[in-house]
Amino acid sequence: MTEASPAKAYSLHLGVIALLFALSFVLPDYHHGLIARIMVLAVFAMGYNLLFGYVGLLSLGHAMFFAAGLYGAGLSVYHLGWSVPAAFLAGIACGALLALVIGVLALRTSGVAFMIVTMMFAQVFSLLMLYFAVWTGGDQGLVVQQAARVLTLGGTTLDLTNPTVRYMSALALFSIVLLATLAVVRSRYGRVLVAVRENEERTKMLGYDTFSNKLAAVVVSGTICAASGAAYALLFGYVGSSFASVQYSILPLLWVLLGGAATALGPLIGTLFMYYVTDITSGFTSAYLLIVGVALILLVLFFPKGIMGSIRQRWLGWLP
Amino acid sequence: MMPLLTTRGLSRNFGGLRAVDNVDFALMPGEIRAVIGPNGAGKTTFVSLVSGRIPPSSGMIVFDGADITGLPAYRRVRLGVAYTFQITSVFANLSAYDNVALPVQRTLTDGRSKGAVKAGVMAALERTGLADRAHMPAGQLSYGHQRLLEVAMGLALKPRLLILDEPTQGLADSEIDNFIELVREIAKSATVLLIEHNMPVVMQLADRITVFNAGRILAEGTPEQVRENRQVQDAYLGAGHD
Repeated sequence: MTEASPAKAYSLHLGVIALLFALSFVLPDYHHGLIARIMVLAVFAMGYNLLFGYVGLLSLGHAMFFAAGLYGAGLSVYHLGWSVPAAFLAGIACGALLALVIGVLALRTSGVAFMIVTMMFAQVFSLLMLYFAVWTGGDQGLVVQQAARVLTLGGTTLDLTNPTVRYMSALALFSIVLLATLAVVRSRYGRVLVAVRENEERTKMLGYDTFSNKLAAVVVSGTICAASGAAYALLFGYVGSSFASVQYSILPLLWVLLGGAATALGPLIGTLFMYYVTDITSGFTSAYLLIVGVALILLVLFFPKGIMGSIRQRWLGWLP
Repeated sequence: MMPLLTTRGLSRNFGGLRAVDNVDFALMPGEIRAVIGPNGAGKTTFVSLVSGRIPPSSGMIVFDGADITGLPAYRRVRLGVAYTFQITSVFANLSAYDNVALPVQRTLTDGRSKGAVKAGVMAALERTGLADRAHMPAGQLSYGHQRLLEVAMGLALKPRLLILDEPTQGLADSEIDNFIELVREIAKSATVLLIEHNMPVVMQLADRITVFNAGRILAEGTPEQVRENRQVQDAYLGAGHD
């Protein structure tokens, strides 16, 4: 967050993007698909990290922003027959608008009350999706047909169900959001967000309208999460109410805590770690959740600031 | 000359306690005003009302001719009312540089000028003698340096009225001498309202002194007048302080 070593930071992140690009050509099918999914969900985690890691606002309702993007994109393809880019933008717009409304209401509270209020709004959202089953498919969800998931760019047609196209689309979204969040947190605005986290009262006394700054952060965070949800609907073709459930509000918190709150790469590392620990252990035993639990406890014991957070603290102070 | 700051009938109750009671106060531009009084006299509450950290129960605050009673704290800061905290509250996990960059970048209207932030930050750090510690986390600075950093942050706001709440508390004698010089320097470009327990500091710095007792203004005048005032001696100076 200091002005030092921007070159190092950007080359590391470009390196990670290049690595993910290269992996596309060597990974076996199964892992290829899994990494594509992880990249989309890491975008969700990055959106969450912006609010939780940098501004210090713990929301337990971010599933609603992910689901707003998911349903916004999915329903406009399914019912209105919109093209992929239009549906993607519709999903993002839904998330941004919802985040603005929820932000105005929920930011009247702070701390534990903020957690509860966001959780309650997410429950309302989730129940509404079930209630309007005629359009949303209720708890069955909707499957977006392959024919609708085709992107026409100029003369070329891209089939989003094709594994390589899907992987590259996920990587493109991931890269844009990674570099954008990196730029935001290194900017002056990022400095203000961290100041709000560290001491909101003091920040006010430096002349900052902290409410507006927090509201902007909720909207940016909600919009990024919605972009992740919209991409999920279009790339994987499933729009389901489980994504609006409380579980999907807890997961990004878990991913961010594991990877390292307020680190740029933490969300990716945390998501990757959780997916692979679950994946590998479930191959050995049906009691895999037990092993996942032990792994989490060990991680908290030895990496209390998350994987990237502890690496930054112990070895690489310049890490963003 | 019009006062920079005026309060009329300013009061604040905490439950049954009237911490600030019907205070009429005026501060002229360019002066160094000290506010003294025994513990619990309402000094910090009074400056908190002026800076907007807490709302008044009744009364009115006028800054530079405009009624600011209803303005939130951050708007008052933008008008030029800066407050430095009694309990040091620098951002401990941020570098000294970032601490000062926060007020500097807010006063800049041009959002693109990276050089201007750096120049502004380093100027404020140099005035307070912290330039060589710019990249240390503020929490690792010594207590005296944290107090100076607090002042640097206040300075970086380019205030018209700088409120210093017990700035010398916890400073060593050698640091206090430098501090007095610094406040004199600041007073060339800003009006200073100083809450202070250390009487030698008050006597050296203040143009005028306002004495608070039990939420009211007990006396006001030059350091000599206040020193000679019997009521003040009874309420404050006689109570074991020198």
